[in-house]
Amino acid sequence: MSAGAVQSRRDWLLSERPASRVQARLGRAYVAWRRFTANRLAFVGLLIILALVVVAALADVLAPYSPTIGDLKNARLMAPGAAHWFGTDDLGRDIYSRIVYGSRWTLYVVILVAIIAAPIGLLVGTVAGYAGGWTDAILMRITDIFLAFPKLVLALAFVAALGPGIENAVIAIAITSWPPYARIARAETLTVRNSDYIKAVQLMGASPFRIVLRHIMPLCISSLIIRVTLDMAGIILTAAGLGFLGLGAQPPLPEWGAMIASGRRFILDQWWVAGAPGAAILIVSLGFNLLGDGLRDALDPRSGDQ
Amino acid sequence: MSTLLDVQDLRVTFPTRIGLVEAVRGVSFSLGRERLGIVGESGSGKSQTGRAIMGLTPPQARISATKLTFDGIDLLAASPRERRALRGNRIAMILQDPKYSLDPVMSIGRQIVETLRTHEKVSKAQARERALAMLEAVQIRDPKRVFDLHPHEVSGGMGQRAMIAMMLIAGPEMMIADEPTSALDVTVQLEVLGILDRLVSQRGMGLIFISHDLRLVSSFCDRVLVMYAGKVVEQLKASELSQAQHPYTRGLLNCMPRIDADRHPLPVLDRKPEWAA
Amino acid sequence: MSVADNQVAAGRGSARAVAILSAIGRFLVIAVTTYLGLLAVTFFIGRVIPIDPVLAVLGDRAPTAVVERTRREMGLDLPWIEQFYIYVKNALSGDFGTSVLTTNPVMTDIRRVFPATIELATLGTIMGAVIGVPLGVLAAVKRGSLIDQIARIVGLIGYSVPIFWLGLLGLVLFYAKLQWVAFPARLDVVYEYTFTPITGFYLLDAAMQGQWDVFWDAWRHIVLPASLLGYLSLAYISRMTRSFMLNELSQEYIVAARAKGLSERRIIWGHALRNAAVPMVTVIALSYANLLEGSVLTETVFSWPGIGLYITNSLQNADMNAVLGGTIAIGSVFIGINLLSDLLYRLLDPRTKST
Repeated sequence: MSAGAVQSRRDWLLSERPASRVQARLGRAYVAWRRFTANRLAFVGLLIILALVVVAALADVLAPYSPTIGDLKNARLMAPGAAHWFGTDDLGRDIYSRIVYGSRWTLYVVILVAIIAAPIGLLVGTVAGYAGGWTDAILMRITDIFLAFPKLVLALAFVAALGPGIENAVIAIAITSWPPYARIARAETLTVRNSDYIKAVQLMGASPFRIVLRHIMPLCISSLIIRVTLDMAGIILTAAGLGFLGLGAQPPLPEWGAMIASGRRFILDQWWVAGAPGAAILIVSLGFNLLGDGLRDALDPRSGDQ
Repeated sequence: MSTLLDVQDLRVTFPTRIGLVEAVRGVSFSLGRERLGIVGESGSGKSQTGRAIMGLTPPQARISATKLTFDGIDLLAASPRERRALRGNRIAMILQDPKYSLDPVMSIGRQIVETLRTHEKVSKAQARERALAMLEAVQIRDPKRVFDLHPHEVSGGMGQRAMIAMMLIAGPEMMIADEPTSALDVTVQLEVLGILDRLVSQRGMGLIFISHDLRLVSSFCDRVLVMYAGKVVEQLKASELSQAQHPYTRGLLNCMPRIDADRHPLPVLDRKPEWAA
Repeated sequence: MSVADNQVAAGRGSARAVAILSAIGRFLVIAVTTYLGLLAVTFFIGRVIPIDPVLAVLGDRAPTAVVERTRREMGLDLPWIEQFYIYVKNALSGDFGTSVLTTNPVMTDIRRVFPATIELATLGTIMGAVIGVPLGVLAAVKRGSLIDQIARIVGLIGYSVPIFWLGLLGLVLFYAKLQWVAFPARLDVVYEYTFTPITGFYLLDAAMQGQWDVFWDAWRHIVLPASLLGYLSLAYISRMTRSFMLNELSQEYIVAARAKGLSERRIIWGHALRNAAVPMVTVIALSYANLLEGSVLTETVFSWPGIGLYITNSLQNADMNAVLGGTIAIGSVFIGINLLSDLLYRLLDPRTKST
């Protein structure tokens, strides 16, 4: 492709007078992408998350040993070396393999929490914002009540009642994470509720259900995605905390928080048993935070400094 | 008339994503102890000219001039410390809207005292006395009460008077007023202008009055500079405004509605690219 | 002075009284509904989710007679709404039932352990604010500079690190290797018997009694967990300070302050920060509330006998009354701090006084 063709394609994307809706959309996406990739840290974040997905998908290929069955006789608490890159734990399991498989559980938790909590928040927020009046007052009061709670402690109490386990941990975290999404969705709804194009749809006889679903919810999506991405790190940390306290994933699942808990007993002499999974948590949370920051700066330049 | 300020070929350039943008492109004028009006639309570079003289241009901007002197002091060669010592002390500036240009969490009195004590060694009690006197000079009737009020507790007109007091207390010789009445109600505009007028002539100060309002400027100033796209397109005496030559100035004058003539439709400003060249 | 100004002055007194009253009214409504909400949620967790709340409280090893008696005592034969009413009444009088693990009333236990948590969280917040505020200010003033980048990275890591893991690594380095700090506990065993606390804040108690050896020992125990919490707090506070400062520095009154000839130092610390201080109070209060929560994991790692350790110990022993009592205790303080910060914000900002 010649330089001229690249130049004209860029001009087409950056045109001030897009000829079609597709061109306008692509142009906006292109500008957002340029802003995003100009932010080197955000790009690193994206790479980390992509790496996490790849590792989770190819765990069977990447892990040289079984994540749950160890070599108790020959390989207990071995220091990092050529055979076991990150050493082995007290049951003789290869820590590297466990971390590789653990990425699946991290993704599992994050995705499940996001697909439970985000729609709840979106629904509560858009309904409250569009309906207004008492519906709004009551829904937002409930939201504020949940916002006023300490998240981790509440999640602890929920898991205490539901019983330990990774599914219950997901439910508990989801229950405590939807309120901010409701707030954001409501704020976005309020800004568009009285705009002319919503009035136009109303005049055409669209039902409130249709208006909220087709015309309001889509507008909330981009700010919601940013917020969810920024929350991912918090979700991972809470899940790891629950795992660390023995309330999340149960042994022998290779969940990173639970791995730190089991390595705690040997922390003074075999620090790598707890060290490696913690580093994995740090890197992945950092990835989500960098990505979230970058997304926010790219999609919403107004709040770039916030 | 002695020259207070001499500006030759002043340029202010901002780097942006699409390249360098020149906000001010070779402005020249000089100012004695007189009233000079600078008129132009928003974006004509009139405010940036004022800020460049004050040394308040954002750090990323570049300023150049063949000459920029105040009372013989080369402003471009002066150190930041020297320029700071000039600001508020010998050159002052009034901003547009007192709602935003006064510190919202500091009482009006303290903000006035702060200017004074930055430039003169005076005791707290003395500073307070002078601030009260200054508030009286800008025709605030109950200076003691206003001294302790916060900016949000006073009206726009009183806020702007407090602003004038704050900027004049150290006795500057030159004042740049950047749209000082544009944010005020029409009824108080004349009051505030009257106060400014009296203080400037009493103290024999030089004044640069920046505004978009050609009529206001011509009734208030001795001389008028008309700016367009970062350049001075015409310079003339206020009394000779009706003999303006440049089509842009004529356009500005023509936009005014008149009571004695049917002006329907009102003419729209004509802009020609060659004026900016 | 114009006529309008005089009218404003005359009307200010009564308008202000109304404003204050309505603010207090709103405040009370929020406080009451939020607290009721907290109780409703814990009620739901304690009574509705478990298949048999009696077993949840007593554990499954209790004899049948005890189970039956407890069932009646807990009022489980009553309608739900009545149960909730009794639950709320008890909670308001500080009755959260008895802990199976310690056999004490839960409230007694909470009173005993809470000072340890407060001491830890307070010290952590002080550390976070003392370093975080200047760091945020510098990052904003020298935007894009090396220090801004460092502050950003330090903050991002603080947002991303699992605190319990960092605590464990800290123990390895500072306790085991360098021996700069003491082992996980609140005091050395020797002092546990010779030292009688008054307020429950050991640093304060030791200083008041002039027992400087105890003070030093308590310091060596608290410094590492407090620093960890301080780091979390620093990450949050410095980031928010930076953002508030950038916002203030772009305001017109900053241009006016420069036009007055003030020094940069005076403009930054005397004007911009004073304006940013108003929202900063909220941020510091929120950060304090977050540390109370963060203490759950930190206390577990450092065997710090506070409310967090109390909750996790009770969790491991299925001591539901204690877990819920502890949850309500932390929740109440959390809600209280949230409301207080809101109130402080109104008091500190002169702009909200007369509106």
